[in-house]
Amino acid sequence: MRLLNRSVGRLSRHRRRPLAGAAVLLVALLSTGGAYAALAPASQAEQEKDNAALVAEGKELFMINCSTCHGSNGEGITTQNGKLYGPSLIGVGAASVDFQVGTGRMPMAQPGAQVEVKDPSFNQDEIDAMAAYVASLGPGPAIPDKEQYDPETYASEKEKEEAVTLGGQIFLTNCTACHNFTGAGGAMPRGGEAPSILNTDPKHIYEAMLTGPQSMDTFSDGNISPEEKKAVISYVESMREQPNYGGFNNGSLGPVTEGIVAWIVGIGVLVAFAVWIASHTTRTNQTKKGSAK
Amino acid sequence: MSTDTSKVAASNGTNPATPAGKPTKAGAAANWADERLNLSGFSKFLSRKIFPDHWSFMLGEIALWSFVVLLVTGVFLTLWFKPSMAEITYQGSYAPLRGIDMSEAMASTLEISFDVRGGLLLRQVHHWAAMIFIAGMMVHMMRVFFTGAHRKPREINWVIGATLLLLGTLEGFTGYSLPDDLLSGTGIRAADGFIMAIPIVGTYISFFLFGGEFPGDDIIPRLFTIHVLLIPALLLALIGAHLILLIYHKHTHWPGPGRSEKNVVGYPMVPNYISKMTGFFFITFGVTALLGAFFSLNPVWKFGPYDPTKVTAGSQPDWYMGWPDGALRIMPGWESHFWGSTWSWNIFFPVIVLPMVAWMVVLLLPFIEAWITGDKREHHLLQRPRNAPTRTATFVALMTFYAGFWAAGGNDIIAIKFDLSINQITYFLRAFVFLGPIAAFIITRRWCIALQRHDNEKLLHGYETGTVIRTPEGAYHEKHLPLPEDEAFAMTVRDRGRTGDEPELKKNGKLSLRAKLRAFYYDHDVDKPTAEELSEAHHHAEHEAHALAAHEGHQVDGHDFDDHRHSAIEEPLSR
Repeated sequence: MRLLNRSVGRLSRHRRRPLAGAAVLLVALLSTGGAYAALAPASQAEQEKDNAALVAEGKELFMINCSTCHGSNGEGITTQNGKLYGPSLIGVGAASVDFQVGTGRMPMAQPGAQVEVKDPSFNQDEIDAMAAYVASLGPGPAIPDKEQYDPETYASEKEKEEAVTLGGQIFLTNCTACHNFTGAGGAMPRGGEAPSILNTDPKHIYEAMLTGPQSMDTFSDGNISPEEKKAVISYVESMREQPNYGGFNNGSLGPVTEGIVAWIVGIGVLVAFAVWIASHTTRTNQTKKGSAK
Repeated sequence: MSTDTSKVAASNGTNPATPAGKPTKAGAAANWADERLNLSGFSKFLSRKIFPDHWSFMLGEIALWSFVVLLVTGVFLTLWFKPSMAEITYQGSYAPLRGIDMSEAMASTLEISFDVRGGLLLRQVHHWAAMIFIAGMMVHMMRVFFTGAHRKPREINWVIGATLLLLGTLEGFTGYSLPDDLLSGTGIRAADGFIMAIPIVGTYISFFLFGGEFPGDDIIPRLFTIHVLLIPALLLALIGAHLILLIYHKHTHWPGPGRSEKNVVGYPMVPNYISKMTGFFFITFGVTALLGAFFSLNPVWKFGPYDPTKVTAGSQPDWYMGWPDGALRIMPGWESHFWGSTWSWNIFFPVIVLPMVAWMVVLLLPFIEAWITGDKREHHLLQRPRNAPTRTATFVALMTFYAGFWAAGGNDIIAIKFDLSINQITYFLRAFVFLGPIAAFIITRRWCIALQRHDNEKLLHGYETGTVIRTPEGAYHEKHLPLPEDEAFAMTVRDRGRTGDEPELKKNGKLSLRAKLRAFYYDHDVDKPTAEELSEAHHHAEHEAHALAAHEGHQVDGHDFDDHRHSAIEEPLSR
């Protein structure tokens, strides 16, 4: 500390020299410029070069894994009888790719009422490359930043609590009709389902709202603002962390499973007790050992 | 060694047995009350009341004791619940809803759940007890019908029971609606729709019930009064009547040695049944308490306050309203328009007409059966379900009908949990509710008849011992032994032939409807064996036993009938 004070003192002796102002200015300019060059994202040209490489890599992956259904330029494939084999990906955006491939939905094992959720087939770098390629086909929603979706990034606990309350109301208005009151999932027509979101990654929840996969509505930023989307995610997260106040939650599926518990556990146990009580009489009606039957 | 009998009352005759000396203070007080209220006479009557022993006779007690649990926990809940739809801002301890506007009913339910000590437990115990109350009534009803305990003189008690089931369901529904959370609000909204589907008067009834347009702010206080005052009073009165009739008619019992239509063989209320019943009350309370402690039920905080713009997947009524809800779910969307009014058959049929008709059918079952058979006798001995095949099959068909609609009530949960299409489930169940009961009827009836045959087989040829005998010629057959006499007797206590009045022919000489139904009712019934058949069978069995006696008691070593007889012990274990 003393050393620092001394050196500052020594420097400050020169502070009124004629060239001092110019020297300080020079040092300041050099340091900010240098810091910018060192820390700022690659220059426009460089970035474009990187992106082009990413797009090229993505295109290669796309050609091998996606083009069978989505077409070699992502334009979609229509079968001879007019059915859609794979939809066009022009304008779906990077967020859509990150959601579909990141949750293991794509590449799809087989067409059907509901795209199956599997373990992802690609790592995040590969997903990013494919996302960059699809994003290059036409403008669409980008992959959100961590600050946009992660409830851990709220400045204060109070702010988070307010977001949970707001998010709960938005969730109950827009999401529960299909996904159920805790997000345990619900049925959709013809074998489809609004999947359970109890274990879905916050980023993927955000992207789902943004892109509206399968039967889901698209909740654009004009409909539910980015802050509100983050609030919804905060609510969903808080529901996961919440202790089961009432006990075992029966799968959070509502009165159907509660009825099953009432009949199997409630009536089942009570009938078993009734059998037990009635079989213990004061005088047994079983024949004594050794006596003739 | 002699026993000290000085403390034992010397008289059991006309003179009251009074111990010598001054009565104790408690004894004097009891005597004072007894001289004025005839307590001893009443308790003597009750304590000597005989109840027969069988587990199935205790099923009604499940309903009775869970009703007691409901009364106790219900009183607790009324101390905090505010049946008001006045809007307030929630400021309680459940953070995710703090600052949200809601009705006082919802806010006080949250208060009970999070701020009242033991409130959530008691709320859940109350709700679980309600679920078990109605389920208990239903299993009790099944027992009564399957064993023929609904026959004369107990038809009125059957009607009271069916009314209790209806009232219990309404009581449950009103209770379910009180918290004013998203689920219960959706339920009330649905009920409003049901009422409005009643042609012509529906909208008027709805406006009358809700005090104007839905939701208004009258419905919760009104449902509260119905839930805590009106229906409980009716339930109590009818349960009282049900039990008085039970004591008046005396309990039915299973046939057996010494048991007849004119007596009841069992154990007295004191000391046996009073302890069994008290024990079962505590067990019922215990089971509902454990359910309340360990199983979440209607987590209102997750549903949030009701708001007509919101709905959630998995919105179902409690299980006992599940079957009309299922009927509604699979009903085709039929609607008619007459002179500017909409007739919603798609709602009116499944939720208003169907449950009412079903209830009337259940109510009339004993009368329909008595009319068909023409059996006007009193019955105190129970029948085994197999010995009334058509009756058993009818009720199983009704249960299958119920089960089809019940499953439809959970069609969305079935769809997501079994990876099925909700549409296919709907199409399947539309056919099942009509074809399923017919199949169930045929299968059950044939099953009962097969069991009757099996009974006769056992009576005539004895039961299977599991001992297989090889005759010297090399033929195999299983050894049968005669049934114990008690068991054989109990099995043969049943009517022979078609009981009840023979229907007369119509004037034109054709069979009346009753005659046709009666013929169908008794068709293919297998009669018990006659006395001659039984005695011949016994004779045959004795002969067989004698013939086999020579082989009795030998260890089976595989060389019974050849020349290499030796004991199994001599055989080396491994070669």
